[in-house]
Amino acid sequence: MEVLYFAWVRDRVGTAREHVNPPNTVTTVGELAQWLATQSREHAEAFRDCDVLRAAVNQEHVSFAHPVATGDEIAFFPPMTGG
Amino acid sequence: MIRVQGADFEPGAEIDRLLDGNTVVGGVASFIGVVRDDPENGPALRAMTLEHYPGMTERMLEAIEQEANQRWDLCASLIVHRYGRMAPGDRIVLVVTAARHRQAALESCQFLIDWLKTKAPFWKREETEDGEHWVQAQARDDVAAAKWKVEPSVS
Repeated sequence: MEVLYFAWVRDRVGTAREHVNPPNTVTTVGELAQWLATQSREHAEAFRDCDVLRAAVNQEHVSFAHPVATGDEIAFFPPMTGG
Repeated sequence: MIRVQGADFEPGAEIDRLLDGNTVVGGVASFIGVVRDDPENGPALRAMTLEHYPGMTERMLEAIEQEANQRWDLCASLIVHRYGRMAPGDRIVLVVTAARHRQAALESCQFLIDWLKTKAPFWKREETEDGEHWVQAQARDDVAAAKWKVEPSVS
């Protein structure tokens, strides 16, 4: 899976994009977030409060209950502030 | 039509191009978002950088524009959104809607700007006298978007 980070989520994780291979037990966006949080101190800080994060799978807004699969592009970011 | 670009745009020229030869249009509404300094509520703003999610940004703007065209009888519509570093007073976003009657043009223009504020993947980072910070999303923006009811997807 390709994981993308934007805005302060990227600042905290320390990278804009990474390729990850989570275990088979990771089947949803929320489970992916929990697993990513265990990968480093920086990830843990970025995913400390998932309530303030939003996610997209293959460039569509989704909830944290949305399924994820090999080959998906998953993005984590704060609420948007465009316009 | 939607466009995401780093460069500035010229609103009059954009509207002229959009309406070129279209004689059934009876009204044109437009909204221009501008970088605002707000010195009464914090340190002076030096610049603002808009980050976006290339690919998803275009998809979301197209989806929002399509939604507006389903809800209102529009002759033409345009969204231009900039990214990158901008100074106070610079234009950020342009929304133009053209319809046979004013109500469709005015309502759809407001709908588009309300929705893109909460659904288009842009994030603002401000440079002030006191340092840099990411702009927090405003609850009032969610309220403004929600008044148009019917969410297209979970956000």
